[in-house]
Amino acid sequence: MAAPKNRRPGFSRKAQFSIFATYVLAISGAIVGGLLLLISILDPKGFSALRIVGAEATAPVGRFFNSVRRTISDGSENMSFYWDAAAKNKAMDKRIEELEKENLALKLIKLENEKLRPLINSIENDQLEIITTGRLISTSASSGRRLAVISVESTRDMTAGQPVVSPDGLIGRITEKGLSTARILLVTDTDNVVPVIRLSDGLAAFATGRADGSLLIKPLNLGENPFEKGDILVTSGNGGLYPPNIPVATIIAKSDDSGVAKPLADPATTDYSSILEIYDPIANQEIETIREEADLQDSDAVIP
Amino acid sequence: MSDTERFIRRKRRKSFSLFGGRSYETRLNRQHSQWRILAGPILSVLLGSLITTLPFFSDLPILPPFGFMIFIAWRLLRPGMWPMWAGLPFGLFDDIFSGALLGSAALTWSIAMLIAEFIDSRIIWRDHMFDWLIASLFITTYLIISLLIISMVQPQPSILIIIPQIIFSIALYPLVVRFCAAVDKWRLSR
Repeated sequence: MAAPKNRRPGFSRKAQFSIFATYVLAISGAIVGGLLLLISILDPKGFSALRIVGAEATAPVGRFFNSVRRTISDGSENMSFYWDAAAKNKAMDKRIEELEKENLALKLIKLENEKLRPLINSIENDQLEIITTGRLISTSASSGRRLAVISVESTRDMTAGQPVVSPDGLIGRITEKGLSTARILLVTDTDNVVPVIRLSDGLAAFATGRADGSLLIKPLNLGENPFEKGDILVTSGNGGLYPPNIPVATIIAKSDDSGVAKPLADPATTDYSSILEIYDPIANQEIETIREEADLQDSDAVIP
Repeated sequence: MSDTERFIRRKRRKSFSLFGGRSYETRLNRQHSQWRILAGPILSVLLGSLITTLPFFSDLPILPPFGFMIFIAWRLLRPGMWPMWAGLPFGLFDDIFSGALLGSAALTWSIAMLIAEFIDSRIIWRDHMFDWLIASLFITTYLIISLLIISMVQPQPSILIIIPQIIFSIALYPLVVRFCAAVDKWRLSR
């Protein structure tokens, strides 16, 4: 359709000025947008109240459609169980036999471990402190940032920085919280750096998101690339945010100096996610105080 | 009684309403519903922005920016319908839900309005294919700029990750225009 011919509405000064005014409004609109953007760049956590109100208001819709989605996918999954059931059953029986044997061996190792631990005075707290559990209801599917919204009963004991895990592995960490929803920075976001170790030998590395569903794994010792396809990476506990030994990812490809890994936890297939206590709150407090001091000294200083 | 008279009577009987028999009057000289004229386009853009709050779980940013697409589709379908400042409020609304930095869509949508105005003054008669081309350029530029804005606060993801999203959005644009045209028909029906 052609544009209406109101660009020069005759000789009426009033009409001409009103068109001019709309241009002024449009440009000032762009300037206001730019200023807001500038504020958000300087303080990415700012305006969180607005986003939280938005997330809270739309959470019921997300919850409803999530339950619908789950029902449908459960249904199709249940039907697929019947496919080739006899052969599957046979294979599973065989697998159970194998696992029983492995289980016995593991039990012996565990016993031995319990005996040996007091010898080296190692006190390891294997219990993860779960604050609450919830369901993911949406992700930022159209933005380059990888964020998700989790719906929980209550966010009373939650703070930013707490890790979110699913039974499969690490999902991310809390960034903002509302009354019944919280925003999660997923491990696949480029802003999320997770200190990891290789499960087999404890080789330390950093896992950074690439925003395309994979992680970039950089070893702490630069130089050679020690990773092999299939290596499993777990959190190391360094940095004090994520507790150690949470599964993170498996290596799927390697380049010259780093590996590419796929996260073990998939937000799409996760039933429930647990929110854990920050592993070492003291470390976190120290980070905060360093940040505050830096803010006092130089407002431009940026500490990641 | 002539045939014509009988016909008219039958017609009248049919058109009698509950509140008296003068319903034919309301069928003449009717006005567009002002509520519909405004609500159709505005709600469609807002709902487009809200699609991201539905449970789509994707590794890549793959969901097309429906809010922006519907906004641009209306702009190209009905030039002069949006006020020139419309990019600011709609963009702000989109920013709240998209996960981008607040102000990023407010800025880009406002600039898109200005560019669309410029295009209108240059290319006056356009068909659907040409509109599609213009919209494709708008969407591609918008997605790339949005990614660059994100990389101002955090390490930049590879620009390749938005290519599937760009292709999806361009392919889905005609459907979005169809949707807007349907809303337009409903909006302007009397």
